[in-house]
Amino acid sequence: MRTTTQSAATPEPKLLDRSDVRVKHAEGFGGAVSAFVDRIRSGDLGALPVIVGLIIIWTVFASLNPVFLSADNLVNLLFDCSTTGVIALGIVCVLMLGQIDLSVGSMSGFASALVGMLWVNQDWPLPAAIVVALGVGCLIGALYAFLFNRLGMPSFVATLSGLLAILGLQLYVLGSSGSINLPYGSAMVDFGQLMVIPALVSHLLALVPGVVILLVGLRTRTRRQAVHLSAPSVASVVSRVIAITVLLEVVVAYLNRGRGVPLMFGLFVALAVAMDYALRRTRWGRSMHAVGGNREAARRAGIHVDIIFTSAFVLCAGLAALGGVLSAARLASASQQAGTGDVNLNAIAAAVIGGTSLFGGRGSAYSAVLGIIVIQSIASGLTLLNLSSSLRFMITGAVLAVAVIVDSLARQSRMSHGRS
Amino acid sequence: MTDATRTRRAPGELVLSLRGVSKRFGAVSALTDIDLDVHASEVVALVGDNGAGKSTLVKVLAGVHQPTAGTITFGGKPVTLGDPGAALDLGIATVFQDLALCENLDVVANIYLGRELAPLRLDEVAMEVKAWTLLNEWSARIPDVRDVVASLSGGQRQTVAIARSLLLDPKLIMLDEPTAALGVAQTAEVLNLIERVRDRGHAVIMISHNMEDVRAVADRIVVLRLGRNNGVFYPDSSNQELVAAITGATENAVSRRATRIQEQNIQAQDAR
Repeated sequence: MRTTTQSAATPEPKLLDRSDVRVKHAEGFGGAVSAFVDRIRSGDLGALPVIVGLIIIWTVFASLNPVFLSADNLVNLLFDCSTTGVIALGIVCVLMLGQIDLSVGSMSGFASALVGMLWVNQDWPLPAAIVVALGVGCLIGALYAFLFNRLGMPSFVATLSGLLAILGLQLYVLGSSGSINLPYGSAMVDFGQLMVIPALVSHLLALVPGVVILLVGLRTRTRRQAVHLSAPSVASVVSRVIAITVLLEVVVAYLNRGRGVPLMFGLFVALAVAMDYALRRTRWGRSMHAVGGNREAARRAGIHVDIIFTSAFVLCAGLAALGGVLSAARLASASQQAGTGDVNLNAIAAAVIGGTSLFGGRGSAYSAVLGIIVIQSIASGLTLLNLSSSLRFMITGAVLAVAVIVDSLARQSRMSHGRS
Repeated sequence: MTDATRTRRAPGELVLSLRGVSKRFGAVSALTDIDLDVHASEVVALVGDNGAGKSTLVKVLAGVHQPTAGTITFGGKPVTLGDPGAALDLGIATVFQDLALCENLDVVANIYLGRELAPLRLDEVAMEVKAWTLLNEWSARIPDVRDVVASLSGGQRQTVAIARSLLLDPKLIMLDEPTAALGVAQTAEVLNLIERVRDRGHAVIMISHNMEDVRAVADRIVVLRLGRNNGVFYPDSSNQELVAAITGATENAVSRRATRIQEQNIQAQDAR
């Protein structure tokens, strides 16, 4: 191989990634805006549809009932988001691989029943009961992975039978009484119903994302400049940081006018941030994207595809179990109804509405956060209007249909614009 | 086209040796008793008609398929290529005919797929620089390595696939139809690249239907026919011999066509 590279041969050192004259690069603020418009037009929508949808939904409900946007209602909404949201995080993992887990609702109900049975009926210490519930969830995920990897059972069928079998386990564990009440005043129920992040701490936490983005952005900029790659301007990094920080501080300040930011929602967001980091910045996450995009290509690149599938199924069922524990804390009970009804579909719909593709290979942890806020907003808004759950199901169904239509239209547009 | 100084170059150390390798897919024998030796600093061309088993052989060596019988010796030691990772770890890199790229990932991610730097905190800057270096080494025309592969043309994808195979500095590179999707200049670049890789002391196995390309770079031409060895040739072998070995008969479509055209020419001359 030649030892000198092309850039070294040219008299004027060009930026390594700006040497091709055919590519239009965004310069300055105007360039960034037009690049964004181009990206949207070609079908790379990102989080835009869900944010637009959220604004519409909030405007409608706020105009119908002003209580909807009150701080206390939004705090309640965030409490409700956290339980199903954690389940939706796991759904993002399996959807990323183009698979599905239909049994997350049953799994969450079974986990809440296990915690109730072990902690209340058998007098186990609470942490041990929770660990057992999460462990059982992970085991069931491993079982799905075994059925999928070794026996070639489609995840759709495996988890559909799991839905029934786990529901059976839940009813068996609960026994004849059918429901176990968790003691009020216990740490677990307080966590699910009362605990909020102290105001000062919540304001400090809201600063963290901005600081991290600033430090990482400036460090990356220095490193890229050192090796002659194009780097974002300091102004663009700083303006992003300011925008994010102001937004978060305003939200936190508004929520603190009510009860404050729920600790449980903090846990949910922390899990989402960790998941986002894992999916974007680790080899595991890169492999997840690769397996979802082209399973055979990933295998030929030396990726252990079986392990990736196993990790996704285990994570999904484990997070479903955690969601079940959280919802038991929220409701202060473990009952036969836990995890049935709309939990399953809400979790899957949240991931899809948030922008995770059903076709695999595209998705983000934050789609679970945005998607579940949309779904819970609809639920909360309709409850405030005293409308029956029949209407809630119909409207949530319609929103899901719109989300999937947006997903497939965007996919077609991406294909015709040569993006994936 | 033939180059007397190159055709009988002394081969280097034996890198890869196959003895009696067979592969069955159900009732079909895709490969039967294949023997093949590849030395360092040697370009071996695998030729054969459609369905001769060339791609299957490459996939066996890449760890994609496991052979039903036979032994594979790599670097003097018998090896089992249980999965593609094992082959890559040994230093066998492959450019597959279908390229095996992930269209939803960008060029850098594809080049480093499964080999990312710093697994727990991906070093995107270092990977991007190395990707540009690999691509610029043979003046590949990739507009932006942060574009997803879906937005690239066939030839550009081919360059990405080849750049990926060079990433780990492998001992043996296999290229399945490397020039099929390429333009004139890029084809010449690939042939140059094959020679450069060979001159660095690596072994190259190349599959091609293009006899011109094969003769231009191959030190040895191994013919497969219906999943079996069907002779070893050198770039100075006549075209007729090669075609006969590939099609399995001295009387074949290619020779009949040649005769017919010759006769037509003679008739045309007679008429004049």
